[in-house]
Amino acid sequence: MIAVLALLAGVVLGVYLDPTVPAALQPYLPIAVVAALDAVFGGVRAKLDRIFDDKQFVVSFISNVLVAGLIVYLGDQLGVGGQLSTGVVVVLGVRIFGNVAAIRRHLFRA
Amino acid sequence: MIALLLGLLGFTLVVQLRTTSTDPTAAATRQEDLVRIFSDLDSREKRLRQDIEALEESQRQLRSGEQGRQAALEEATRRADELGILAGTLPARGPGLSVRFEAGAKPISAYRVLDAVQELRGAGAEAMQISGGDGAAVRIIASTYFLDGAGGELVVDGRRLSGPFTITVIGDPTTMATALKIPGGVAASVAGDGGNVIVEDREVAEVSALHAPVKLEHARPVS
Repeated sequence: MIAVLALLAGVVLGVYLDPTVPAALQPYLPIAVVAALDAVFGGVRAKLDRIFDDKQFVVSFISNVLVAGLIVYLGDQLGVGGQLSTGVVVVLGVRIFGNVAAIRRHLFRA
Repeated sequence: MIALLLGLLGFTLVVQLRTTSTDPTAAATRQEDLVRIFSDLDSREKRLRQDIEALEESQRQLRSGEQGRQAALEEATRRADELGILAGTLPARGPGLSVRFEAGAKPISAYRVLDAVQELRGAGAEAMQISGGDGAAVRIIASTYFLDGAGGELVVDGRRLSGPFTITVIGDPTTMATALKIPGGVAASVAGDGGNVIVEDREVAEVSALHAPVKLEHARPVS
């Protein structure tokens, strides 16, 4: 419950403040958001499986974001940033789909 | 901790969405895409520049063509004006003389008038008209003829003019006046008949009588 409220608070804060993204962060922010979404969906799934662990969620969230950012950074340094971020998004997308499918099975028994 | 992370997620999500929606072209585009877009724009600009050059070139051509046409038109108008004055179809004005024939005992004969006209032509007259005492005027051109009419009248191109006759002529006044007054010339001949020729300088002589243009039936211009 607190988590959902915090998410909404973050959304409201983002709408209200409307900051501009620094140029240095611009390639990483979308990937970081997708990685965080993956962690969130994984967390929701674990919650429904009754195996949710606070520490594991925090670690997976942060490591997901950092690794995603690192991969994009590495790709940019190697000159394949575009393709590598596409790859990261695809992998994370597949994982999000898998988690959402598991959540769906839990919620609707289908 | 979880709440903090999720709050951060919501915040960044909204920020990212806003960035992408407010500036969908440049800021959110990767470097390679920007380079591609830039080179696209570059080649497009090059194409448009070539278009501009071609259009400017054709504009130049059209303009010079128009100038040539304009010059030809002006020249043609000038020639038409000159020819119109010569043919008597246009009114003319300029420095010249007014030559008045006053009859004495004998009426002024057509021969005298024709003599005067020839003399004036020889002296460089450019446009002439002859008017009678009642003000009726006839333009004198190359084909004009003079006949003696009844009772001292003069028939000029079929029109009857009564005396005294006045020839209004445009040309160099001094030359023409001298030509009329040479010994044994027009003035002397008329004086010999008892008449009188009065020559007056006119700063602006008006030759306003017109000759109807003749429609050519047989002659055609060569070339």
